[in-house]
Amino acid sequence: MVKRSTWSIPYLIFMLVFVVLPLLLIVLYAFQDGSGRFTLSNITHFFSDSDSLSTFAVSIEVAIENTLICILLGYPAAWILANRKYNKSAVTVVLFIMPMWINALMRTLATAELFNMLGIALGKGTLLFGMVYDFLPFMIYPIYNTLRKMDQSYAEAAEDLGAAPWTVFWKITVPLSIPGVMSGILMVFMPTVSTFAISEFLTNNKIKLFGTIIQENINSSMWNYGAALAFIMLVIIGITTLFQGSEQTEAEGGVI
Amino acid sequence: MTEEYIIDIQHLSKSFGGVKVLDDINFYVRSGEFITLLGPSGCGKTTLLRQIAGFVVPDEGRIMLEGKDISGIPPHKRPLNTVFQRYALFPHLDVFDNVAFGLKLQKLPAKEIESRVKKMLKMVSMTDYEDRSVDSLSGGQQQRVAIARALVNYPKVLLLDEPLAALDLKMRKDMQLELKEIHRKMGITFIYVTHDQEEALTLSDTIVVMNEGRIQQIGTPTDIYNEPVNSFVADFIGESTILNGTMICDRKVEFMGHEFECVDEGFGQNVPVDVVVRPEDVCISSSMEGAQFSGVVESCIFKGVHYEMFVDTDNGYELMVQDYDSFEPGTKVGLRINPDDIQVMRKERTCNTIEAEVEDGEHVSMLGCSWECRVPEGFQEGDKVLAEVAFDKVDLLDNQEDGKLGGEVHFLLYKGDHYHLTILTDDGDHLWVDTDDIWDKGDLVGIDILPEDIKIVRRNG
Repeated sequence: MVKRSTWSIPYLIFMLVFVVLPLLLIVLYAFQDGSGRFTLSNITHFFSDSDSLSTFAVSIEVAIENTLICILLGYPAAWILANRKYNKSAVTVVLFIMPMWINALMRTLATAELFNMLGIALGKGTLLFGMVYDFLPFMIYPIYNTLRKMDQSYAEAAEDLGAAPWTVFWKITVPLSIPGVMSGILMVFMPTVSTFAISEFLTNNKIKLFGTIIQENINSSMWNYGAALAFIMLVIIGITTLFQGSEQTEAEGGVI
Repeated sequence: MTEEYIIDIQHLSKSFGGVKVLDDINFYVRSGEFITLLGPSGCGKTTLLRQIAGFVVPDEGRIMLEGKDISGIPPHKRPLNTVFQRYALFPHLDVFDNVAFGLKLQKLPAKEIESRVKKMLKMVSMTDYEDRSVDSLSGGQQQRVAIARALVNYPKVLLLDEPLAALDLKMRKDMQLELKEIHRKMGITFIYVTHDQEEALTLSDTIVVMNEGRIQQIGTPTDIYNEPVNSFVADFIGESTILNGTMICDRKVEFMGHEFECVDEGFGQNVPVDVVVRPEDVCISSSMEGAQFSGVVESCIFKGVHYEMFVDTDNGYELMVQDYDSFEPGTKVGLRINPDDIQVMRKERTCNTIEAEVEDGEHVSMLGCSWECRVPEGFQEGDKVLAEVAFDKVDLLDNQEDGKLGGEVHFLLYKGDHYHLTILTDDGDHLWVDTDDIWDKGDLVGIDILPEDIKIVRRNG
């Protein structure tokens, strides 16, 4: 009888080679100069370079805006989808989820073409549009999942105790769906910070995001600085994840 | 006179997807009463409670609260509160905030809220738990909080939906006593839903026995136990043996092949009846002195307080007997049933009566298919008639495909020497069948009836 733990060995190797090793390499490169000597200059360079810092600030700003718009649009959509009164078939859910089946790059290119055709100037507006279009399903789905699984008896109990439907929504439904919203934020906010294709196609690189400068540095063989930027981003992701608290572990949202 | 009653339910009906869940429900609740809706699962009792709470809108009928029709009022505007089966305590609020939920919505001053919540938590013995999260409470504690959360609003009526079903036996017994005590202290009307007949007998002032969406009997626990109106109630409440009998004349009934004196009158002469004998009412002794009939003990099981025995009687019936003394299997015993202890009930039906339509001289259509039978002279094609089929003339087959139509064993009753089954056909019709074969509830069966066993009669009116 083969022990069950031995079955995990192939996965372990895969993780080592494709997850742990690249991460280690990023850290290693981030603290080296071009000739392989240990240095902190890559990091200090970032914090003293106003261009990089402002790009970073813009990235965070865009990410926050995108996440907020996704919540504002996604929550009602998820609520309607999860409500059996309004949504009697799974078709509507599929319609909302379907864009995710198509490659994001393709969708973005198509969106850019659409704007060109309509003669709309590319800029921040189009960038946000593209991002919301891309990431909305990732917000809807986790919220939809929590709402769908939510025990209907909580809402009934609140109503029974005298809460009008609107009060039930604010005092019961919203607080109980927070894990789903958190999950959605995690799935929208972080990828937005590191995205570069959307800003490239939808603003013609007029607006640079953090992902864009990482990509530019790596493309122009500035491996060490690129790695340092990636490292800084990883640290931020790490901090955000911690910040979202332990309840994230039991969030019912889940990745598709 | 509806004002005398705090709740008055009038002609309430409800269907879900074409299936009638509640059928013309009528009853009233006196102020301060502890009333229990009792019935097996699927009998409609929870739907009825949810209609009173306002979560289900009735198709027909009215729910009167203190003389006012509340059928159209949404749940949050009804002065009623519910204790839910799974408690439904809000997981994001602590014990205090759960209990205070209703009071905060009423925008009462914080001081008053605090004093009322504390008073109520004290009543349910949960004083030191105010700041605890509800997830950290045991089932029994959650139950107490749920009761406090509902009662703190001083509802006109408290609705309880199987509140003790999730607790273990010992805790359930304790909570029953506490509930009764809370009811006495608060003086609030309780409407309680349960499938547990013992719980209903323990707690209630009045019991409403329900089955298949209809009220079977309303009465005090003693009435329901001692004088069940039909075989369903007799079988559902307590242990009993239900037997076919014949009312010979007033105060004289024949069953198990013997004549017995009884106290019932007014049935007429030689009328077929159902007879209920409670196992504790059968006197058993080893001597034949004073015995009305004899039997041989077949099995004997110790049940804690008493012994439960099955006795084969001299005429081939099986009778359940409970006694403080045990009798070894194989012992010949003398048996006696006092006139007071024989409960005689009118039979709901003496044969299957099915609506049918004549197709031609040799066929009728009924129960959703065509049947061969002898259609008597004088009937024409398209005539609406009734087909009568004796209980023991319906054949049940192991495979649904082998029968003319399929069905499911819906309810079964042991009648001392045979089983009386209620079969629900695939089309939702009922058939009643007497059989010696053993079936279980939920068994799928094929149904067949021989042509000569279908008797065609004219429909009245």
